[in-house]
Amino acid sequence: MTDKAKLFFTKEHEWVELVNDDYVRIGISDYAVEQLGDIVFVELPELKAELSAEDEFATVESVKSTSEIYAPVAGSVAKVNSALEDEPEKLNEAPFGEGWLIEIQASEAVDVSGLMDSSAYEEYVSSL
Amino acid sequence: MTKQHRYLPTTEQDRKDMLETIGVSSIRELFSDIPESTRATKEKAIELEDALSELSLTKHMKELAAKNTTTETHAYFLGAGTYDHYSPSIVNHVLLRSEFMTAYTPYQPEASQGELQALFEFQTMMCELTGMDVANSSLYDGFTSLGEACNLATSVTKKQEVLYSKALHPQAKEVISTYAYGMEYAVKEIGLNGTATDLEALKNSISNETAAVIIQYPNFFGTIEDLKEIKSLLEASKGMLIVMANPLALALLESPGKLGADIVVGDTQPFGLPMSYGGPHCGYFAVKKKYMRKVPSRIVGQTVDKDGKRGFVMTLQTREQHIRREKATSNMSSNQALTALGSSVFLAAVGKVGLQEMAQQNINHAHYVKNELESKGVTVLSEANFFNEFVVKLDRPINEVSDVLLDNGIIGGYDVSSELNEENTMLLCVTEKRTREEMNKLVSILTGEGK
Amino acid sequence: MTTTYDDLLFEISKPGRIGYSLPESSIEKTDLTNLVSDHLIREEPAELPELSELQVMRHYTGLSNKNFGIETGFYPLGSCTMKYNPKINEDIARYPGFAQIHPLQPEKTAQGALEMMYRLEENLKEVTGMDAISLQPAAGAQGEWAGLLIFKAYHQANGEGDKRRKILVPDSAHGTNPASAIVAGYDVVEIKSNKEGRVGVEALKAAVGPDTAGLMLTNPNTLGLFEVDIVEIAQIVHEAGGLLYYDGANANAILGKSTPGEMGFDVVHLNLHKTFSTPHGGGGPGSGPIGVKDYLKDFMPAPRIKKEEDEYSLSYTHPQSIGRVKGYYGNFGVNVRAYSYIRSMGAEGLLQVSEDAVLHANYLKARLEPYYETPYKDHCKHEFVLSGIRQKKLGVRTLDIAKRLLDYGFYAPTVYFPLIVEECLMIEPTETEAKEQLDAFADALIDIAKDAEENPDTVTGAPYTKAVKRLDEVTAARKPIVVYQKN
Repeated sequence: MTDKAKLFFTKEHEWVELVNDDYVRIGISDYAVEQLGDIVFVELPELKAELSAEDEFATVESVKSTSEIYAPVAGSVAKVNSALEDEPEKLNEAPFGEGWLIEIQASEAVDVSGLMDSSAYEEYVSSL
Repeated sequence: MTKQHRYLPTTEQDRKDMLETIGVSSIRELFSDIPESTRATKEKAIELEDALSELSLTKHMKELAAKNTTTETHAYFLGAGTYDHYSPSIVNHVLLRSEFMTAYTPYQPEASQGELQALFEFQTMMCELTGMDVANSSLYDGFTSLGEACNLATSVTKKQEVLYSKALHPQAKEVISTYAYGMEYAVKEIGLNGTATDLEALKNSISNETAAVIIQYPNFFGTIEDLKEIKSLLEASKGMLIVMANPLALALLESPGKLGADIVVGDTQPFGLPMSYGGPHCGYFAVKKKYMRKVPSRIVGQTVDKDGKRGFVMTLQTREQHIRREKATSNMSSNQALTALGSSVFLAAVGKVGLQEMAQQNINHAHYVKNELESKGVTVLSEANFFNEFVVKLDRPINEVSDVLLDNGIIGGYDVSSELNEENTMLLCVTEKRTREEMNKLVSILTGEGK
Repeated sequence: MTTTYDDLLFEISKPGRIGYSLPESSIEKTDLTNLVSDHLIREEPAELPELSELQVMRHYTGLSNKNFGIETGFYPLGSCTMKYNPKINEDIARYPGFAQIHPLQPEKTAQGALEMMYRLEENLKEVTGMDAISLQPAAGAQGEWAGLLIFKAYHQANGEGDKRRKILVPDSAHGTNPASAIVAGYDVVEIKSNKEGRVGVEALKAAVGPDTAGLMLTNPNTLGLFEVDIVEIAQIVHEAGGLLYYDGANANAILGKSTPGEMGFDVVHLNLHKTFSTPHGGGGPGSGPIGVKDYLKDFMPAPRIKKEEDEYSLSYTHPQSIGRVKGYYGNFGVNVRAYSYIRSMGAEGLLQVSEDAVLHANYLKARLEPYYETPYKDHCKHEFVLSGIRQKKLGVRTLDIAKRLLDYGFYAPTVYFPLIVEECLMIEPTETEAKEQLDAFADALIDIAKDAEENPDTVTGAPYTKAVKRLDEVTAARKPIVVYQKN
């Protein structure tokens, strides 16, 4: 399980883990997952797809709703969590762990200054 | 209104009582929110003919109906996408069960298990026939199914051109052109070689921009296209093969799925649905598994209730317009559930053996008429590879021939002179319903009068 | 072992049984192997069921007993107008003169069919206040799409096609509205409803502009409220160069009271399977004719029906037409039923329909107001919304209330729609329900409200009396099984 305290967050409830300066893992937060309810399908991008920041890269569907997920940083899709194809429920069970979505290789060091840290995000969520 | 109407139970006393509960003095008050300038008045009331009693209504409608020529009195050799076939009596009896007929879309599955299971069975049978993995529970008709298939193909491949054969039903061409006008992609026609698609021309037209190729199977002229060969032409590109198939022919022809189709669509009208002047019929839509979540409209899935008992629900609904709204790729809402049920009852009754027998009789009858005509000197433009329709060339205008046939109790074939760019050509259809006498009569008129 | 009739067709099938009889044909067999290459001949026959006729009948009768239609009981599904579907119309649609005719047979042999369509068009012109009707669209959504393509063709003809790319849609609209706009090639701009549940004039003014192609509106809207500012709304959109589309899903509220034409709409569709009593068939077939004002006639789908002297024909040459949206002339058999209905009602009857439909809705609303949150206080038209937020606080969701109603012998209202009302229940009683029926339904909902306070488990565990208990929709979507799988 990824340590939530080390993650960065967007207002759209994506999380970013800095694996390396220029390499990140991305998912959606426990709050987002709770709002969605039982997740039944996750559509992920193709490997090597080039993403700009704020590009839509995935769709997460629950029984009665569907949400687009936007890239918090730019780069190339290095890995996708294809286990979610058969077991989308992992996203409900462990949004910060086995429910991660993709990994992105950026062309330079990723700038996280525009993102919230864990405590800022907690505060943000409680204000919603 | 002074007189109570047979469909309206509310009495003057009921109205008084209800107004009192609501706390208003008149019904007019309930409509006071309609701006005065738009309100109907005595001078501006809608005017319709007076209401009819049940007896007067049936008299009026019988008079209208009597002005139409029907299969009751005439032998139809007209097909071209809509067919005069045998339908077991029980099809209508099931459709008249009001629990099916008067239900809405099964939004509460616990109270709609009957219909959901019937549609699940329909999906299964359509997959069996087409050789595909997933079928939806119906669309408006075969042509709109084809339009939806084009939208799916352009959206999945992100390519902007759809190629279709000139041997596609002319109305199908019109409908997909309208779809293309909406979503703003291009459609392009591939010419003919005889009564089949010109494969050389098709090969030369397939490019990196090709989202899909549409082939009708058997095609509009009745000819059975070689889907396997067409699929091989698409191998180098990422384009999809869309097949619009007459499902009755699939009882004997290899399934499009086995021959490489990515999407198979069509109309189940030949399965127990009255021709009804063109509708309601029933579109079907089937795909390979990888496109399951791109299929338009409703799909029924199997699940269990909280006691573990098998049950059925509408599933994968997040694809649908009521959830995706402006992110939707299709706006389909109403489908043709009742006619899908009708076709299911037909398939259940006719069954595995019956459907093959019926299809075989269509082949036998159509080829018998073709052979008779040919042996008596009529030019047949179709090669031998047709199902229940073929093209003949006559020596005078088709409308003249049709008039002669009509005088003899026959509805003649469809005039395909403009579709084939060849004057005096007629598309004849011979189903299992035609008797030897009717067929011989047709032959004798066409060889005597049409020559 | 006893048969429970829960089995699928495929599970009761047995090789060798048949349920049909084709005449013996004396025509010699033509072997398919002589006609096409081997690879085009089916290798494995399709695994269709093999059953006797009674087995088939019993199967479907069993299934029908697990289904709920209008004749089973009250069907208060909002925005769906589940009124009585007259039986005589079923008889009429089955006359051979309507059912056994081919769409391509010569026009002179189908004069009665063409006359019926012509007459229906004339009637619908009167009811909508429009100048021309096309019966071709098969359902409401297809009518919307055809209507928006007409917008597109109109703007293109005026040289503004590239500029006007946006369709405005209120947030209370049916999902088909934005989706139809998308498949017509438009972008969608959502207009937020105001506190009163209506399109606010200010919000609309802020949204319209030179890029506006048009506005889609349901009136009364899905909250059951009449758009009181409709005249001004029409003016704003027209002044900006846009067109107005009327979604006729809720037309049952205004028959003979007003017309979309009078309100300023340019294009309308009607749902004949709602307002004009044709059966929904468990989801279809429907019929969604569109009507347009004079200046949009040329863009209508082709063919159109023509009457000259006493002869009816189809005219195909309309160069500016958006083209064909569906095969042939629409769902003809459905249109026969709708025409029969209109002729059975007459103008006075239709007016009574709307008055009683609106009266019934307001009556139910008045009876339920003390027990459920009513987010909009104004008098409603033919339907109204309740919110289950009080019950939600007690742990009972709107979905539970809906399921519990099934046990009382009713269908459930539309739930969780429109999206702008939390825990929404949308109720449309229609004019064909007797007061006693409305009372029984109100009593049931009041009972359930009480149970939500005193015995919430009774409600959340529902339904108890149906063929199945609450179904697992999550697993169905996660691990889809959409065709029968042999064990």
